[in-house]
Amino acid sequence: MNQIGFVLLSVLAVGSALSVILQRNPVMSALSLVVTIFSLALAFLSLGSSFVAVVQVIVYAGAVMVLFVFVIMLLDLGRREPFKLTGVGRKILGIAAVAAFLFQISASLSAVGVMGARPPEPLPPGYGTALAIGRSVFTDYVYPFEAASVLLLAAMVGALILAKRRI
Amino acid sequence: MQYDLVAVLVFMVVGVALLAFILALSRLLQPRDPNPAKLTTYECGEQPVGPAWIQFNIRFYVMALVFVIFDVEVVFLFPWAVVFQKLGLFAFVEMMVFLGILLVGLAYVWRNGDIEWVKPLPGPAALEDEKGAR
Repeated sequence: MNQIGFVLLSVLAVGSALSVILQRNPVMSALSLVVTIFSLALAFLSLGSSFVAVVQVIVYAGAVMVLFVFVIMLLDLGRREPFKLTGVGRKILGIAAVAAFLFQISASLSAVGVMGARPPEPLPPGYGTALAIGRSVFTDYVYPFEAASVLLLAAMVGALILAKRRI
Repeated sequence: MQYDLVAVLVFMVVGVALLAFILALSRLLQPRDPNPAKLTTYECGEQPVGPAWIQFNIRFYVMALVFVIFDVEVVFLFPWAVVFQKLGLFAFVEMMVFLGILLVGLAYVWRNGDIEWVKPLPGPAALEDEKGAR
């Protein structure tokens, strides 16, 4: 049953991701992206990572989507003519990008050995909960955690400086 | 921990089915008699003024940027709160260092006047330079 759910979620995720790039209206693209993010969150949940699922919704569906919608409204994209992606150069670029992407995916899959792989070991109890993540972050990964705060600080200051150059 | 998605699926299916049923029912029952006044956008009873597509103030963007960073910070508070009683003082000090480093960011934003809604055009540092020059 969980496998059926996973397949349904994957279809939903891929379908809404297609909708993101096929919609002409940028706000509709943003809404489709919210659907993609939610279906990915549910997929994480079905894989046993409840904390990652919730973070996916809080950070991506919450904060990042707010940023995207603000950028769309800020650039006033709604009234613009849709971009025309034609021309030989762009087609070649697109084909090259798709080829690189497919190569990357097939390389990763063959490295893991998905075909005929042994079934995964059962997860330890409590895997993926906020408790398990908190325990490992605040004991084994103390320095990476503190380094993450410096990274966030640098990201914030850098983004503001880049943004204010245009204001 | 593995979660069963059956309940989620049932919720999704029932939600979509209920919505489709209600929309179909209202389509069957509604009289259709549109006129221009009915088709205007509802703006709390006022006459609609201008399109909804307006250019937002750029300060929304800066706010959203800062919000993303502090949202990520808050995400780390959840596992911290769960393990806090087990790890005690060590986890407390750790989190205070984390919050302290990010508070520098808040101080930076505040000092630059990015979270002031009505801000003077030159930054506060430039204003002070001006004062010093006089």
